[in-house]
Amino acid sequence: MLSDITLGQYLPGNSVLHRMDPRVKLILTFACIVFIFVAGNLWSLLCMVALVAGGMLLSGVPVGQYLKSLRAIIVIVVFTSVLNLFYGNGDLLLKIGVMEIRTGGVLNSIFIAIRIITLILFSAILTFTTSPTQLTDAMERIMKPLTVFHIKVHEIAMMMTIALRFVPTLLEETDKIMSAQKARGADMESGGLVQRAKALIPILIPLFVSSFRRAYDLAMAMECRCYHGGEGRTKMKSLHITGLDIYSCCVTAVFFAAVILLNLFLPGLF
Amino acid sequence: MEYLQAQNVTFSYDGDDGMEPIQVLRGVSMEIQKGEFVALLGHNGSGKSTMAKHFNAMLLPSGGRVYVDGLDTMDDALKYEIRRRVGLVLQNPDNQLVASIVEEDVAFGPENLGVAPEEIRRRVDDALKAVDMYAFRMHAPYKLSGGQKQRIAIAGIIAMQPDCIVLDEPTAMLDPRGRSEVLETIQKLNREKGITIVLITHYMDEAVLADRVVVMDNGKILTQGTPRQVFSQVQLLKKHQLDVPQATELIFRLKAMGCSLPDGILNEEECAAALELLLGKPC
Repeated sequence: MLSDITLGQYLPGNSVLHRMDPRVKLILTFACIVFIFVAGNLWSLLCMVALVAGGMLLSGVPVGQYLKSLRAIIVIVVFTSVLNLFYGNGDLLLKIGVMEIRTGGVLNSIFIAIRIITLILFSAILTFTTSPTQLTDAMERIMKPLTVFHIKVHEIAMMMTIALRFVPTLLEETDKIMSAQKARGADMESGGLVQRAKALIPILIPLFVSSFRRAYDLAMAMECRCYHGGEGRTKMKSLHITGLDIYSCCVTAVFFAAVILLNLFLPGLF
Repeated sequence: MEYLQAQNVTFSYDGDDGMEPIQVLRGVSMEIQKGEFVALLGHNGSGKSTMAKHFNAMLLPSGGRVYVDGLDTMDDALKYEIRRRVGLVLQNPDNQLVASIVEEDVAFGPENLGVAPEEIRRRVDDALKAVDMYAFRMHAPYKLSGGQKQRIAIAGIIAMQPDCIVLDEPTAMLDPRGRSEVLETIQKLNREKGITIVLITHYMDEAVLADRVVVMDNGKILTQGTPRQVFSQVQLLKKHQLDVPQATELIFRLKAMGCSLPDGILNEEECAAALELLLGKPC
């Protein structure tokens, strides 16, 4: 159950998006997220929805996977949309005590829901089509200029690679420890908030201890394989910007232009 | 010519505050030839793992010297040169994989050595084929079985093109199937690629596969020789709380009861043949 969290998991494939340069993908995803917030009305936001739908189709990842990644945030979507229901002008639709729901509020909450969902879908496309190593590799290259300020870019990237590599391993271990503690009569499902937080201690302590042991082993294994920092290191997969990347940048740019134009010319639509 | 050479190696850990240092190795000398398959046996605390880490300069001797292909491990400048030649595979396969994709993990070693990208690609493919895991090159390691993960760890070492692989109880955490996968891989590498193998284990039936067995006890070498020579000394091994292979044990007990059976039985087939001969009918 713990191990089928899909948010942030790579699905190997050979689609157009899989073949794109991870640096370009990372920057484009970031730009798309910015433009979701630039989009000021329903029509310009629909442009971004169209873009994300196109991306999902091109990624070749089954829609079910995307739905799974949305499941994790459904609570946040519902919560924020419900909150937004009460803000907005327009015709009065419903009055509960002092709370009033107006048409503007309904539109507002739909708008917010679409925004959050699109945002998650964009990042899901990135993580589904880009391996964690490619992702950290891309970050390392993008942040390379920062070495001028004595920021240890390679070390940060290596830390992220290892962290991502150990997420499933530690999840599996947490599962095991939980079962082991339950088998000894630990109660993790009842009681108030404080009691439940306390019940986590017998899980966290063994997890911590074993993480340190793993870290020690891993450091040794890395040293055995001649790891000595980023200096003089080469990469098996060197990154190349191809025609595909330039083409996808252009397509995204067209969508961005449409968002800006729709913002300017249809400002009052909602 | 000897590839690995330990000369009167001693090693001690610093004890806790005010405590005496803990002596782990008490003068070990051994030589391992190029292309040899050596099993290093001993129970917990015998110093066998500590000895293993001396062969690739992960630990440096407190006294004595270790030479790898003529290079002195005490020379810090030769550290990476030595580690490229002698790869170390650890017990827990989960803790020695660095990347989230199999082929990227195998590439980690050659990347550290600064090998050119096309050459790394070639080495990674070759290494994965050598351990029979090529089909899994795009998989995530955590979805593989223990035996498969351990073979990936071995591939990661092979990609550095070492002359020798030291394996520190590589099968201790595996199920029987994983164990035989790993052992077959090791034997294949030894036979086909001529890679020198030092297998540290406490499974007697694994030690039987080696050309030579070195038994360690309490930081010293207790006895060494071919598996047949070593496992003939059942009484000596038992005195030091070491097991012998099951077939050897059976023959030993039967002999103690007065049956006339030959020495140096190592596996089930030999055992069955000897018993057949004794009973005068197939069993």
